[in-house]
Amino acid sequence: MAGHPRQGAAGQPSAKPTAVLLYIFRRLLNVVVMLLVVATITFGIFFLVPWLQHTDPVLRYVGKNANPVAIAGIKVKLGLDKPIYEQFWLYLKGLVAGRSYSNGPDTTWCPAPCMGISTQTQTPVWGQLTGDFPVTAWLAAGAATIWLVFGVGTGVLSALRKRSVIDRAAMVTALAGVSLPVYFTGLVASALFIYNLGWLPESNPNVSLGSDPGAWLQNMLLPWITLAFLFAATYARLTRATMLDVLGEDYIRTARAKGLGEGTVIGKHAMRATMTPILTVFGMDLGGLLGGAILTENVFNLHGLGYDALNGITKNDLPMIMGVTLFAAFFIVMANLIVDLFYAVVDPRVRLA
Amino acid sequence: MTQNPSAEPLVDVGAGAPREFLAVRDLKVHFPTDDGVVKSVDGLSFTLERGKTLGIVGESGSGKSVTSLSIMGLHRNVGKKLGPRISGEIWLDGQELVSASKDEVRRLRGQKMAMIFQDPLTAMHPFFTVGQQIIEGYRQHHPEAKKQQARSHAIQLLDRVGIPQPDKRVDNYPHEFSGGMRQRAMIAMALANDPSLLIADEPTTALDVTVQAQILDLIRDLQQEFGSSVIIITHDLGVVAELADDILVMYGGKCIEKGSSAELFTRPEHPYTWGLLGSMPRIDRDLQDRLIPVKGSPPSLINLPSGCAFNPRCPYADRTGGRSTAEVPELVEVTPGHLAACHLPAETRQRIFAEEIAPLL
Ligand SMILES: Nc1ncnc2c1ncn2[C@@H]1O[C@H](COP(=O)(O)OP(=O)(O)OP(=O)(O)O)[C@@H](O)[C@H]1O
Ligand code: SF4
Ligand SMILES: [Mg+2]
Repeated sequence: MAGHPRQGAAGQPSAKPTAVLLYIFRRLLNVVVMLLVVATITFGIFFLVPWLQHTDPVLRYVGKNANPVAIAGIKVKLGLDKPIYEQFWLYLKGLVAGRSYSNGPDTTWCPAPCMGISTQTQTPVWGQLTGDFPVTAWLAAGAATIWLVFGVGTGVLSALRKRSVIDRAAMVTALAGVSLPVYFTGLVASALFIYNLGWLPESNPNVSLGSDPGAWLQNMLLPWITLAFLFAATYARLTRATMLDVLGEDYIRTARAKGLGEGTVIGKHAMRATMTPILTVFGMDLGGLLGGAILTENVFNLHGLGYDALNGITKNDLPMIMGVTLFAAFFIVMANLIVDLFYAVVDPRVRLA
Repeated sequence: MTQNPSAEPLVDVGAGAPREFLAVRDLKVHFPTDDGVVKSVDGLSFTLERGKTLGIVGESGSGKSVTSLSIMGLHRNVGKKLGPRISGEIWLDGQELVSASKDEVRRLRGQKMAMIFQDPLTAMHPFFTVGQQIIEGYRQHHPEAKKQQARSHAIQLLDRVGIPQPDKRVDNYPHEFSGGMRQRAMIAMALANDPSLLIADEPTTALDVTVQAQILDLIRDLQQEFGSSVIIITHDLGVVAELADDILVMYGGKCIEKGSSAELFTRPEHPYTWGLLGSMPRIDRDLQDRLIPVKGSPPSLINLPSGCAFNPRCPYADRTGGRSTAEVPELVEVTPGHLAACHLPAETRQRIFAEEIAPLL
């Protein structure tokens, strides 16, 4: 990925507002190009996979035993009879402006960004993704809050009490968190809290925050904690290591030499330097998660983007897979951009290039 | 072991508050490590009057920084299992610091005593502006000061240390300053609360030669203006030649010679000091003539050589009848106010200096 901010050399003035705008503009252009590349690749896969499997993509929509006339009709409607370059062009056009699938009497309008028609539901993929996105967004937001608080908190505490019992216990737990996969911790947590202790009800994918907030909260609790555990472990280790580095820096000694209290030295001077790299990683992680937490969503039967992705894969719903991929790519690329901008704001040494 | 039992004790540990502004008595700072106890400072004593400048000189690892950090109370983990063991007395204006509580020392830090560090780039926080960093130190000890007032104080300080356009530069970040300007800003930061003791730990080592002299001039001017006592630490005798009233030479965590600056340059007593003088760069001599480095490497602070710690490197160790390797030489007064720790008889030292050393300097 091009265009990461560089550390400015000594004596370089901070970024000017116009430079920032220009930078944002360039990076947004970058985002568009990246998404175009992803769209091209996924489109390629959409045609490559059926070709490798010696099947006609249209069969995914109609089933093998449909009558040839119906198949031909659908084929025309979906535009699968057109040459590939034309289909690609229609696909891109659909993403930007929407498109209508039509074979005369039978017309389906697929509004922009049109990512194609799901072979399972026969409805536009985009509508399904936006319908499922809140589940993923809530999962990511809740988990992120938990892991940021606990991960960073534990990391700071461990660094300040280096080699203490707390530090060792935290780091062993963190090691477990890093090495245990979600489907293991998730299944163990479900078995324990839902089936064994009965503290939480069985997960129900049909409740939402709007319909039943209480049940929703109970539904989300284990997925949040499971996902947060995985990330908190990484963050605790990262925070601890960064904090220990920062505490050894000369400017921390200077802060103490000024007579500042330990609270200010740690809470202001050390935290400021520690949080910068951590929030960078956080932005990327969050961006990645918004595209779907495949394992967690499936372990806990949450119908978010990660569920759609796995479902698309198992049911061979190629437009769905393409859609989720593009959707996830969008968040990752955007997170990248936001993190870079964030860095330019918090680290005065960064020069936008 | 005492060389002159009749002499007055040179260090009055436990004698209560001293007359001097700063008095360090038998300071020991030992770091327990996996390899053994590092005796970074081992029985150091000195005094400093108000408004005077003391130069502490010695090669890398001789314990200069550890000494200054002890005065500032900046050692970490003191009193913990793996932390340094600090003993002795440090009296600052009638208050003893080694036994004082952390909070008492913290309140003096930045206010009564301040420190300038070697590398101003790493010593300043990269994410805060120079102004913010000065203001923060000022308001810590002047909580009643309004933001605006603290800011104009910071601008005044920057102006005083010779930073052009201080009202603009106050909002710059440290990386936007050049090395020399950064050290000036660091000095401004240290002066924020008008400290009566200023410790400068190698304030010019990280700077260009051309800038070094300017910074030293600035420190001297400020010292005269503010009337503070200054400790200036360096491994280069040349740096303190014009600045210091007194000079203390450290070797292996101990003081091996101290006296007035004039005495030390004209009548140095200790062979190690001769070596330091010999390795001072001088513009009026050719290179091969003026650099007589002290041969060998600094001693291990875990296992100091027996006897005089300098003996493996000392060209005269064989002229003391074996005492150099057997007995630790005590610091004794040679002439009033001039002390040295060497087994060579005073007359022998003076003869060697006059015949073998002085012509080379
Ligand atoms: N925290 C510590 N733990 C262990 N040893 C230490 C510690 N701090 C300093 N030392 C040791 O104490 C000795 C004296 O260090 P000090 O920093 O005082 O040297 P210095 O005279 O300032 O040298 P330089 O000119 O290199 O700054 C060194 O050998 C150093 O390794
Ligand atoms: S005591 Fe001996 S070894 Fe030490 S400086 Fe004097 S002569 Fe050299
Ligand atoms: Mg040092």
